[in-house]
Amino acid sequence: MFKKVRDLNRRRDLDVISGLVAPGERVLDLGCGDGTFLKQLQDKGAIVQGVEIDAGLIGRCISNGVPVVQSDLNGKLDFTADGSFDWVLLSQTLQEMRHPDRLLERMVQIGRKAAVSVINFGHWSCRLQVFFQGRMPRNAQMPYHWYDTPNIHFSTIRDFRELCESLDIEILQETPLPARFPRLTEALPNLFAIGGVFVLKKR
Amino acid sequence: MSELADKITDTLLVEQRDFLLPEALPLDCGRELKGVNIRYETVGTLNAERSNAVLITHALSGDAHVCGRHAPEDRKPGWWDAMIGPGKYIDTDKYFVICSNIIGGCSGSTGPRSIDPDTGKPYNLNFPVITVRDMVRAQRALVDHLGIKKLLAVVGGSMGGMQVLEWAISYPDSLDCAIPIATAGQFSPQNIAFDWVAREAIKADPAFRNGDYSADDPPSRGLGAARMLAHITYLSEETMSRKFGRNLQNKESYDYDFNYDFAVESYLEHQGKRFVERFDADSYFYITRATDYFDLSSHADGDLVQTFAQAKAAFLVVSFSSDWLFPTWQSKRLVEAMLRNRLTVSFCEIQSSYGHDAFLLEVDTLGRMIRDFLRHRQEGFRHV
Repeated sequence: MFKKVRDLNRRRDLDVISGLVAPGERVLDLGCGDGTFLKQLQDKGAIVQGVEIDAGLIGRCISNGVPVVQSDLNGKLDFTADGSFDWVLLSQTLQEMRHPDRLLERMVQIGRKAAVSVINFGHWSCRLQVFFQGRMPRNAQMPYHWYDTPNIHFSTIRDFRELCESLDIEILQETPLPARFPRLTEALPNLFAIGGVFVLKKR
Repeated sequence: MSELADKITDTLLVEQRDFLLPEALPLDCGRELKGVNIRYETVGTLNAERSNAVLITHALSGDAHVCGRHAPEDRKPGWWDAMIGPGKYIDTDKYFVICSNIIGGCSGSTGPRSIDPDTGKPYNLNFPVITVRDMVRAQRALVDHLGIKKLLAVVGGSMGGMQVLEWAISYPDSLDCAIPIATAGQFSPQNIAFDWVAREAIKADPAFRNGDYSADDPPSRGLGAARMLAHITYLSEETMSRKFGRNLQNKESYDYDFNYDFAVESYLEHQGKRFVERFDADSYFYITRATDYFDLSSHADGDLVQTFAQAKAAFLVVSFSSDWLFPTWQSKRLVEAMLRNRLTVSFCEIQSSYGHDAFLLEVDTLGRMIRDFLRHRQEGFRHV
């Protein structure tokens, strides 16, 4: 059940990202999974390239007609030239990276722009769980226990903005993803957004 | 090995054909070859648009007989029969498959044991040294002869993969996509070293006579030793340990002599013997030399990235985790050069314990990728 909800949330950040990409633009999707999302962009006229680590998912990308290369995002990502893509995408994956800061820096080098969707650990429900239960939060987006989670680097929206600032990365656009209260989310994203999509550019 | 191969019971019959090049073939070494014959086989039907032709390039010891049988009673089908045929991963109901024996080979195409038209005698080691590019140049003449302007794909593993890469660089407008498998952009020093030892083993056989041996007294011991050495490089340590361990061959204890005791020794002996029945020592010299000289980046003064600036094909690059002859990093280097030229690239390292041989053994995993990739490429196929 958790997984289902997570998929729905995922689609919402992908909708935002999909709206950013124009036909003819070159898109690199880091951690592209089975390529379903890139296929959508490809059908819209974008020139797409996926990166994925899992051989099974690579097979499914190929079956979907999406070009994909195998690579570990924890590596250097030096297989492609700086500025060779219009967009570099990273969807709800940053928190799984060993060095989120280095990955962000590399993304804005490879792409003219980067679109990153992040999970907001500062959401009120997370805060309440830590505060009242004294436990690490678990919810639909983060169904894991602290010891088995692939998510090793959580941040809040505020943390993420500060990291971009310190890396000299400009935030061109920020779209908070509301869970239930769109107006409150708009006003206080760090408390009410379950995540956000950020458009980034090297300063 | 293949889940599909078992289901297909009817026998596919194929014919071998010969194409005599009308003109002399210029070679990289500066010489030219006259009266070049190319032995080839085709399976399937070329469609009206001529958009379904797939060229298969073979590895060192391969030949034009890629799938099916020449006669129903043939004991074994072609070398990639698990992959290619009606309803198989490279489906000959859909694609027109071509495979030719490389020049310099010993399975029907012109090679060192052919008759030199200038002397009326076999060339032997007077045959000009050929390169992978020369092999591809001859294949291109064959493809032209078959009336195909643009191949849908060129597919091959190991030395076949080198030919695939060479096609993509030398004739960028003549193929839509390229599938180099278990290969590299250049032959590594380690690979060159193995070839050197293999040729030294052949040379050390007194029967070799500097290449001028007679057909009824070939340097079988030398060629057998060369094959045994090469065969080790095709297997992984894991495969050897699992398959043979330290098991003894049909005995309970050591014999305390130098005949074979171990199963692995017996196996290599068998591989060597089988090989000399179908392969020629002079050809082994020429083909290994061609791979030694292979360096794709020579197209751009040693700059691999610049080399791919000429390429237009879409690529599917595949390597295997336990292949230490053509390790994954070499494929990754190719992929990087392709991506830096904004080419459309897919790349996967298939997990396998079979070593370099995996390209022939991992039929299902590899086959599914090739099948799906080709399907999408054919849907978007455009002539020049």
